[in-house]
Amino acid sequence: MVQVEMVDIYIMGKKYVVPASLTIMDALEFAGYQLKRGCGCRAGFCGACATVYRIAGDYELKVGLACGTKVEQDMYLAQIPFFPAVKQVYDLETLAPSNTAIADYYPEIYRCIGCNSCTAVCPQDLKVMQYIAYAQRGDLARCADASFDCIMCGLCASRCPAHIVQYHVAILARRLYARYLLPQAPHLKLRVEEIREGKYDAPLEALMGKDIEELKVLYNSRDIE
Amino acid sequence: MRYSYYPGCTLKTQAGASLERPALQAARALGIDLVEQEEWQCCGAVFPLATDEIAPFLAAVRSLATARDRGEKLVTLCAACHHVLKRTNHLLQVGSETRDKTNNYLQLEQPYTGEGQVIHYLELLRDELGFDRVAQKVTHPLAGRRIAPYYGCLLLRPAKIMAFDNAEDPRVMEDLLLSLGAEPVDYPYRTECCGVYLSVNNEEIAGSMVRKIVHAALKQGAEAMVNACPLCHYNLLNLQEKTPGGEPLLPVYYFTELLVTALGLPEEVGDKTR
Repeated sequence: MVQVEMVDIYIMGKKYVVPASLTIMDALEFAGYQLKRGCGCRAGFCGACATVYRIAGDYELKVGLACGTKVEQDMYLAQIPFFPAVKQVYDLETLAPSNTAIADYYPEIYRCIGCNSCTAVCPQDLKVMQYIAYAQRGDLARCADASFDCIMCGLCASRCPAHIVQYHVAILARRLYARYLLPQAPHLKLRVEEIREGKYDAPLEALMGKDIEELKVLYNSRDIE
Repeated sequence: MRYSYYPGCTLKTQAGASLERPALQAARALGIDLVEQEEWQCCGAVFPLATDEIAPFLAAVRSLATARDRGEKLVTLCAACHHVLKRTNHLLQVGSETRDKTNNYLQLEQPYTGEGQVIHYLELLRDELGFDRVAQKVTHPLAGRRIAPYYGCLLLRPAKIMAFDNAEDPRVMEDLLLSLGAEPVDYPYRTECCGVYLSVNNEEIAGSMVRKIVHAALKQGAEAMVNACPLCHYNLLNLQEKTPGGEPLLPVYYFTELLVTALGLPEEVGDKTR
């Protein structure tokens, strides 16, 4: 019989013995948890499975996405499926891409003390403090660019001593930048018009009418760019 | 001549058109290569007097260390940023608990112990380039213009640490004005405080300080005032008495505005991304 290497992990403080080859998310399920929240794409894109952990004996708190981080011996886990961050409501069409556009909604960006904890904790390796610095000086283009790979997992905000919600600041910058400062992409405009005119209605309806076996064949033989 | 350049937040917003843009334009014309640091954060604007807390120094130390790593002097334009960076540099030079704690926190590849150098743009012109070289490039001398330099506090004091000029009788802006062909006006109060942040919550006190300064310059026949600090600039311009038409009695300029005028540089179109 093949010997499977096992490790001890701690979920909400309780010990479980799981195969060492699993990701944190798989280990949670192996341990018997059924994940309804804090679990999305399982591929590192959606940001739903932020996890804070520490290895016994080490003082340092570490973070990762549960779907992409392997379990380790003596790993103490805490899932952050949702972070209760302030999210401002605005109508993008009534805003202007001004120097103060972000500060109007998130004035707490000026509370930044420069500790850089947000950057240290980002599973996407973004320079979070730096994009907040861009937001502080109204540089929407750089803020949008530097935050582009943000998956909004919320770990930055969970560690911020100044109560900044970095990821909501960043998405406002990207929205303003895309809406007002970037030139419109001509092909996108064209495609939206095609959709409005119903060009894809018939092929979509044809797809909806097919059974699962036909869909599988179509999916597996599709063109991949 | 290549330098690292730390702009500061105000230069990217309110003082962009009148302080930063002409400064960069003049630098190019004078053959000075100012390279904005790729990453910099707000300096904190006020140098904290409680040195047992390290957070207020972190942004400054990061910028100082980055310039050190590039082997370049760090050039500032805003008097407040200059003050914070220079004093932080000094704090880390003299060796202190703050230095140890800051380095322990930042974990830089090479610890920072104040070995970098911070210079203000005016020092750059005076000490690195030389006002004689500035004078040679002047095409539109400000002949007959009677200008009153205003220094305020942040560039000059504390004198030993800032080591900017004679703190009681500074000359650097007078000498710059002379090199541009203007006539510097001597008047009392040019090194007095403008009221700083009192303009936010006690405009009356700041206003009385500003009016004292402006009246002294007017009395000596000044037609305009020149300075190097966004906050002084704001106070001097907004808190002085106005003409019946609502204009300030004494126009106030940044030194960089006079510099580009004398160098005959055309007005540049603004950066569209802002």
